[in-house]
Amino acid sequence: MSSVSMTVNGKSVTGEVEDRTLLSTFLREDLHLTGTHIGCDTSQCGACTVHVNGKAVKGCTMLALEAEGADVRTIEGMANDDGSLGVIQAAFQEHHGLQCGFCTPGMVMAADELLKNNSNPSETEIRKYLSGNICRCTGYHNIIKSIQAAAAQLG
Amino acid sequence: MYNFVFEKPTTVAEAVAALASEDAQALGGGQTLLPTMKQRLASPAKLVSLTGIAEMGGTSSTGDVITIGGGVTHADVAAGGYGAISKLAGDIGDPTVRNRGTIGGSLANNDPSADYPAAALASGATIKTNARSIAADDYFTGLFDTALEDAEIIVSVDFPVPLSSNYQKFEQPASRFALVGVFVAKFADGVRVAVTGASEGGVYRWTEAETALNANFSADALDGLSVSADNMISDLHGTPEYRANLVKVLTGRAVADC
Amino acid sequence: MPKDNGIGASPKRREDVRFLTGRGRYVDDIKLQNQCFAVFARSQVAHGIIKSIDTSEAEGMPGVLAVFTGEDFTEVGGNPAGWLIHSRDGEPMKEPKRPVLAHGKVRHVGDAYAAVIAETYEQAVEAAEAIDADIDEQDAIVDMAAALANSDNLVHDEIETNQCFDWGWIEDNRAATDEAIKNAPHVTTLELINNRLIPNAMEPRASTADYNPGTGHYTLYTTSQNPHLTRLLISAFVMGIPENKLTIIAPDVGGGFGSKIFHYGEEALVLAASKKLGRPVRWTASRWESFLTDAHGRDHRTTIELATDKEGNFLAFRTSTLANVGAYLSNFSTVTPTILHGTVIAGNYTVPLTYVNVKAVFTNTAPVDAYRGAGRPEATFSVERVIDKCARELGIDPIEIRRKNFIKKEQFPFLTAAGLEYDSGDYHALMDKLEEMADFDGFEARKAESAKRGLLRGLGINTYVEACGLAPSNLAGILGSRVGLYESATVRVNATGNISVMTGSHSHGQGHETVFPQIVADMLGMSADDIDIVHGDTSKIPFGMGTYGSRSMAVGGSAIVRATEKIIEKATKIAAHMMEAGDGDIEFNDGVFSVVGTDKTVTFPEVAFKAYIPHDYPIDKLEPGLEETAFYDPGNFTYPSGAYACEVEIDPDTGKVTICSFSAADDVGNVINPMIVEGQIQGGLGQGIGQALVENCVYDENGQLLSGSYMDYTMPRADDMPFFNVDQSCLTPCTHNPLGAKGCGEAGAIGSPPTVINAVVDALSHLGVTHVDMPASPARVWAAIQAAK
Repeated sequence: MSSVSMTVNGKSVTGEVEDRTLLSTFLREDLHLTGTHIGCDTSQCGACTVHVNGKAVKGCTMLALEAEGADVRTIEGMANDDGSLGVIQAAFQEHHGLQCGFCTPGMVMAADELLKNNSNPSETEIRKYLSGNICRCTGYHNIIKSIQAAAAQLG
Repeated sequence: MYNFVFEKPTTVAEAVAALASEDAQALGGGQTLLPTMKQRLASPAKLVSLTGIAEMGGTSSTGDVITIGGGVTHADVAAGGYGAISKLAGDIGDPTVRNRGTIGGSLANNDPSADYPAAALASGATIKTNARSIAADDYFTGLFDTALEDAEIIVSVDFPVPLSSNYQKFEQPASRFALVGVFVAKFADGVRVAVTGASEGGVYRWTEAETALNANFSADALDGLSVSADNMISDLHGTPEYRANLVKVLTGRAVADC
Repeated sequence: MPKDNGIGASPKRREDVRFLTGRGRYVDDIKLQNQCFAVFARSQVAHGIIKSIDTSEAEGMPGVLAVFTGEDFTEVGGNPAGWLIHSRDGEPMKEPKRPVLAHGKVRHVGDAYAAVIAETYEQAVEAAEAIDADIDEQDAIVDMAAALANSDNLVHDEIETNQCFDWGWIEDNRAATDEAIKNAPHVTTLELINNRLIPNAMEPRASTADYNPGTGHYTLYTTSQNPHLTRLLISAFVMGIPENKLTIIAPDVGGGFGSKIFHYGEEALVLAASKKLGRPVRWTASRWESFLTDAHGRDHRTTIELATDKEGNFLAFRTSTLANVGAYLSNFSTVTPTILHGTVIAGNYTVPLTYVNVKAVFTNTAPVDAYRGAGRPEATFSVERVIDKCARELGIDPIEIRRKNFIKKEQFPFLTAAGLEYDSGDYHALMDKLEEMADFDGFEARKAESAKRGLLRGLGINTYVEACGLAPSNLAGILGSRVGLYESATVRVNATGNISVMTGSHSHGQGHETVFPQIVADMLGMSADDIDIVHGDTSKIPFGMGTYGSRSMAVGGSAIVRATEKIIEKATKIAAHMMEAGDGDIEFNDGVFSVVGTDKTVTFPEVAFKAYIPHDYPIDKLEPGLEETAFYDPGNFTYPSGAYACEVEIDPDTGKVTICSFSAADDVGNVINPMIVEGQIQGGLGQGIGQALVENCVYDENGQLLSGSYMDYTMPRADDMPFFNVDQSCLTPCTHNPLGAKGCGEAGAIGSPPTVINAVVDALSHLGVTHVDMPASPARVWAAIQAAK
């Protein structure tokens, strides 16, 4: 067991973990932040996408100990301070960009990083950027529309 | 995953020392190793993270040579403005893979469908480890096999800058690895063509194409060449014949886009 | 104009807030105090005799609490098939037992033969690996034709055959169909494969059982599309746990697409383990387990013949199909290739004769069952592909040949040759709409432009009709169903006037929490915000049949209408009493009861309050309270239909197919929430295009699953998909349910695969290509081009 400390959604947290503990496991099982989902075991579905030091990573493909001292952000930390939905979240609701909701946290985290790096992405750029996030419900149509709308609003 | 002991040294020397113990394994970005371990296909006793080593970071360019630290992520290479190499890096995996995965990790793993081996081999890169410099032509020794010794770490990679270069990747539709990828680099002293994804022997140079392109650097120069399907990979996503076809098609496209 | 949140409006989905903020509650998010973990030992061979299982080492490992094998379940029942199908000779289908854990034999890779319960997940994994099973590997039975030809090597020895049934539909039409085909001026024949798929709901299956030794009550949290059916199967067939001692909770469920309709052995195992240990037992599938053990979909090999006259008038369809049911009969595995397939083989057409023969085959592969569309995609693909081939052979435009044979609007209700009575539809109107949407006139110019870039462009046309909301129960019973096909709803008006609606439908992405309140709000003249939906918990809802087969709105929504009608009926009586008028003098409009011809009014909340505070109340004539339950059993299937068009570009050098545009005009009947209907259509299109272009479940000859992870099973990604051009303006209401709704969940997945393949073949037809099997992967398309050269 090793101890690990990081900042998650603005709060300092520490934990005692086996060295093999994945970041996603630490978030879900130790911190009870179950919005980060596990949809596969080959690091491809993207449901576990979180931000580590401002960069989107797959929480299931990073050891918790690798996040020592890091600033981690999860879907639980994406709403506005007053609890209202952030721009991207609100756009997903407005444009029906989710159905079962399982891939949604990863989609929102991926979209957030995309729009930080590219404020006006083309449809092709959005689709390509989401290649690591699988959705089975929507056919992606409304996910792309949601991100386009969020981009327009964020300017 | 089997359990292991995790260490995160801050210098190459410490990392080399940590890797000296039995069943120790270096961990770059972990984008291949961790999934492998999750499937219980690998069980190192110790994982030595290379992500905290400053001397493996950073990129630089002299104009003739681009040097990329072994710990530099694909995302950082993609953003570096290094022509075909940056474009290649920007098409590896997906954004989250690129944010963690490193060039050193990719080259050390030498997956037969990985992209970087094609760039390194076609560029005539030099792989610089803690112990020595290895020419790309000597480095890739087979599927998942390289000239690296145990506890040898890729500290940086030197890419000679070609006159022009291009990488064409045809994605395996499920994994998004290269079903076939072809890197063409034209230097003053000749053309080098490296192919990944296709051969059961891993990345290789297509020397017939190099000869033809040295005589006439145009896609038409490939017309008379045929690619044998012998030793090409056969799987759900492509027959040997299909891969052989792609080698030629993609080489032509790479030359045209050089 | 619809009210902001009534029928016809598109309010934002209320469930989205929790999903978008990480506050959803899926099964694996539920952590119970003192929980322990189950992990299964699964067969690595496709077919083998279990000679012995030594669990002693595993039992002694750290943290291990219990180990189970098939021996522990020999006294309990098997997981049954929900439909009894009879063969053409009248014999009932073969029904080998499907045990909780494999016993005697393992029958597919992934078949669980033991389970470990341990304090931690990792301890359970390690102990499961330490179980020493001596399994004598047998030759795997993978190929369906070989399985039928071989009576020496059997998946289930006790049934003495690998054939489950040999079904004919409609058997009485067989001779006439044969005769028509023999004498027809033109017969088009097509052999095709409907590729096997893996459903891949993004949430893997998970089940957590919590047995309370103090009460003897079991609670099972599980990823189910229909918790009551799961309870019924566990109680009546598998475990014998009394229904009143078993609560099934299917909380937020991350997609189903059919795969979570069914009861699986893991659910029974965690229940048994929780009972044994007196602790909650948690199991969540790894994705590799989902690949190996979720019920797969499709997997038909079909020969279809279409007989026509020289003008392209359809005379008969005849099909012969081998349908893979895998190693065990999953719950709907026998209805999917039969009733759900054979009855729609007449498509949108007046064709006078159809005959379908289906032989269902056991193989050493995962069970195959209903997957989005379930039988109807297979029928539609066969019919619409052979029509396209026929049109080319006869030199008739693919739209014209379809129009020539459409059932016309004025012919409804129409009894088809396959035995269904379609209640309504307007296929010409859908095709008119499609022509308007898809700009067919501009195709040749677009094709020429593609050619300049070295690309081959193709245009595919397709129409479909499907049968949703399987019903009525009486007829289903005659056809072999072992369950009813109604839906239930309870509308509970609370004393302060807000409402809880308990529905037997289950939402796992469909947005019921938003859309069902729209119906009640409309009927009661109140805000949908004051109406909540309760679903997925057998302790809170009336016995329901769940969500599959596009049934939730047509059947579940209708049950809500019926229950709400009862509420209005009772509330009217209360209002009449309050206003000292006769029941017949009361009008109810927009939430207000009034006495006709007077200015007397009471509001719905006032009536609700009176019902629960029954002072000055006609207690001799009327019970207090305002809560009503309805069970709605539909009079017929519903028949959504549509016309689709797709344009593709093919790179002849690599074989890569790119979808340039996709237009879909669907008639799903009346639409309650257009936003959600569009989303359902889009999602179905995504899955159908996935089947057509990228998805393929492949076993090798040893029964090893080659496409066993996302590394090899291609899931459609965002960059594989175009924007969809969808329309639901050409609608004909269902004539027999109170909403006029037909269903929309499966439509896209049914209509799109033949559309895409018709486009691919169109692009390659000048080379002589007449068919490309799904998925039209780059390698397969390239090979087709080479073969045609």
